[in-house]
Amino acid sequence: MNLLIIFISAALINNFVLSQFLGICPFVGVSKKIDSAFSMGIAVTFVMVIAAMVTWLIYHLILVPFRLEILEYVAFILVIASLVQLVEMFIRKVSKPLYDALGIFLPLITTNCAILGLALNAVLNDYNFTETLFYAIGAGLGFTLALVIMAGIREELELVDVPHSFRGAAITMVIAGSLALAFMGFAGLI
Amino acid sequence: MKQKTAIQEFLKGLWDENPVLVSLLGLCPTLAVTVSAINGLAMGLAATFVLLCSAFLVSLLRKVIPNQVRIAAYIVIIATFVTIADRFLAAFTPDISKALGPFIPLIIVNCIILGRMEAFASKNGIGRSLLDALGMGAGFTLTLLVLSSIREILGSGTWFGLQLMWPFYAAWKVMVLPPGAFLTLGCMIAAANWINTRRRS
Repeated sequence: MNLLIIFISAALINNFVLSQFLGICPFVGVSKKIDSAFSMGIAVTFVMVIAAMVTWLIYHLILVPFRLEILEYVAFILVIASLVQLVEMFIRKVSKPLYDALGIFLPLITTNCAILGLALNAVLNDYNFTETLFYAIGAGLGFTLALVIMAGIREELELVDVPHSFRGAAITMVIAGSLALAFMGFAGLI
Repeated sequence: MKQKTAIQEFLKGLWDENPVLVSLLGLCPTLAVTVSAINGLAMGLAATFVLLCSAFLVSLLRKVIPNQVRIAAYIVIIATFVTIADRFLAAFTPDISKALGPFIPLIIVNCIILGRMEAFASKNGIGRSLLDALGMGAGFTLTLLVLSSIREILGSGTWFGLQLMWPFYAAWKVMVLPPGAFLTLGCMIAAANWINTRRRS
């Protein structure tokens, strides 16, 4: 039950994009087409789950026993950066179609603050290993959901006569604001 | 591209190449921490500190760092200074440190900093890099300050904690909640676009 609450809370109530403002750059950058938004979302979810597990292990098995918590940030970002590289090589070797679908998005994920934010939040909230896993899956799916909804709206937006100054990023922000307002409705879910 | 004078190097970050309003970099901290003016200011100053120190070091080491591992090297340099800034804030201003939460460590992946390292500090001398970093940092801080002031004044009726609105002012609660951040920033970007088109024509 606790795991379910963590999952739903990460996916909907504390949605990473719309209420915690993590991963805004890909949210603005890669939300023009539903297809690419979906691929990006899946790639992020994938890296998130692996990164969350690895950073949890590193924090609790290496940093805490040796009292090196001060190195948390340096260690986490290095792990994430090398992990993204590894995942990229692995996917290229194992599944060519998947690599072609995710290819260009993978390097971008290193500087996606949602990944580092997730690792830091899991430590901050003192989650155990399974909780971290569910937290990561929920956050990843919530990110995908927000990205796909946004892409759907933006595809329609192509046909709309937006005031000149609002074209591009500005209207995206305003739409994101209304989406965030809608997502606040999930607050009573738990 | 013609060489800019020192003063132009500094000024470009304030408006023409403003990291948030024009280049749309570093949006995550911009949206997240601007609930109150003091938080926005603290975030801006912390990012400026990291930007300045990393620009200095990256520019100093630009001939030493091999090209293939430069991004990893920049990230380690940035992460080190972020740790320093984080400890400093936690020691001297615990309240602000708590309010900013994970967004201080997230300065590491702030695209503004890595972007300036890659685009500027790795190619230019120390003096110019510092000026560039100072300009970008000032542009970021000012944008954050304006955004957080709008949100705090409308959303809580206060500014830097001082009561600003009249006593019966009904605060627009939504402005301090996540949707308010998106709406305000959207309007600010639109205003910047509008001013720029007016200036050009």
